[in-house]
Amino acid sequence: MQARIRFEAAGPLTTIQDSGRTALMRFGVPHSGPVDRRAFAAALALTAAPDGWAFELSHGSCVIVCEQGEIGFALCGGGFLADIAGDEPKAWRQGTLRAGERLRIRAGSGNWAYLAFAGSHAAPVWLGSSATHASSGLGGGLVTAGATFDFAASRTLEPCTIAPPPSNDPPDRVAIVLGPQDHHFPAEAIGHLTQASFTATTCFDRMGRVLGGPPLMPSSISMPSEPALRGCLQADGDGVLTLLLADHQTTSGYPKIATVISADIDRLAQLPSGRTIRFEAITAAEALRRTRTAAAATAAWLRSLALPTRLDERLWANNLVDGVIDANGV
Amino acid sequence: MLPAPTVRPIGEGAVLIDFGGAISAATNDRVVALDRALAAQPPVGMVETVPAFVSLMIVFDPLVTDGNEVAAHALALLETASTVQRTPREHVIPVRYDPASAPDLAAVAEAAGLTPADVIAQHLAGEYRVFMYGFAPGYAYLGGVPPALHLPRKPRAERGHPVGSVIIAGAQCLITTLPMPTGWWVIGRTDQVILDPTRDEPFLFDPGDVIRFRRTE
Repeated sequence: MQARIRFEAAGPLTTIQDSGRTALMRFGVPHSGPVDRRAFAAALALTAAPDGWAFELSHGSCVIVCEQGEIGFALCGGGFLADIAGDEPKAWRQGTLRAGERLRIRAGSGNWAYLAFAGSHAAPVWLGSSATHASSGLGGGLVTAGATFDFAASRTLEPCTIAPPPSNDPPDRVAIVLGPQDHHFPAEAIGHLTQASFTATTCFDRMGRVLGGPPLMPSSISMPSEPALRGCLQADGDGVLTLLLADHQTTSGYPKIATVISADIDRLAQLPSGRTIRFEAITAAEALRRTRTAAAATAAWLRSLALPTRLDERLWANNLVDGVIDANGV
Repeated sequence: MLPAPTVRPIGEGAVLIDFGGAISAATNDRVVALDRALAAQPPVGMVETVPAFVSLMIVFDPLVTDGNEVAAHALALLETASTVQRTPREHVIPVRYDPASAPDLAAVAEAAGLTPADVIAQHLAGEYRVFMYGFAPGYAYLGGVPPALHLPRKPRAERGHPVGSVIIAGAQCLITTLPMPTGWWVIGRTDQVILDPTRDEPFLFDPGDVIRFRRTE
């Protein structure tokens, strides 16, 4: 089955994202890909999107009309609310959009959401990936009002809401590992980092998010540019902290006082603006333990989403997809 | 015996091997040597490395390994990597310096107390080294701008410079690969493509390579 959708309205940060590029940071190419990796993975798992990409949405409403055919969709992340053909808006939902129907999406308490479709559409590829590097627009690309997308092999999805991921509540504590450039800061700044509270601001994009709080002034403002990673907390010349996100510059001459552990980065990116958090400094070994625990919980949750729950549905799904029933299939 | 680098954690998924000190070709040689050694003999779970002026980031999969294992592997390689002799690749880049290609040439000449012809001669006389990539995809920092041309950045970044612009600030020169705003001085333009996603090796330079500029019309 074929389907065509068109964006009648698109928020300013609407892009196509796949899981991102690896091993090109050495050439100045950031990883890109989704800001909230769990919500993205859920949208892909629910739709079994064969081309491995989803629309990343941020603030600003999106209106999507189905112009032809019918196609299943899943909207995950950020508490973003969707209504179909004017029904009751719900977050974390899947369903089917049919010709003439509109899907209206507006931001929830968080900042990022993922909309995937159950059909095949080959998005533009740059350097091996359809992840959009937002400042250049390279990759799958920025999505603006009027953009249309044709999907082949479209399938429908049963309407339902989806269980959000484990530990999805906005955090009030965020775990960090000090460094790599904490030695560029006086002890007083380290004290503020771990004892003061910081505010999630409205100043964010795919490169980073500015955090409000006491200025953390580096003791030296001159350092050779050093590599940076998603999750680094970088202090600029005025001592303002920025959390580096998916499209961060691969090197930077501003010192990074600490790095948010990977299990907490995306939650801090999603934190509602105006909410405050405190940082908890832990060792790299403890960060590793927490990351492994969180990864196992996320993997189990994703498996539960991708599986039809009843045995007869699983057999039916396997039969449709494979033509045979695989006794070992999940 | 060279001083051992400092290992610094970057969260739980990367370590920074920091050789320390100011930017120098000798220190950058150590970064490049370790980078090559890691490419030849990667530790289990290594995802990628990012060489910079005086430091190297090693990104790994924290579900497979940890920073202690990765750093120990890197430091052991360093014992042998630092003694490996290496012949850097050389690239000759053709540059146009006509007014349309070099909108800041007159301003650079005035700031440096030189004639535009002197600025061109100085720029062509430099031997440049690729220290690292950064700022934007394909932006390679080329150290080696002659001291007479060392200028601070402009007070404000400007947009609208075409791809292939040859730009300078301080001791660094860059060839732009994407139209990004920059506060550096535009003193020429090249048709040589540094970043071509359709090539087998999309990026023309590796850290440690030597660059010379040649004047063309």
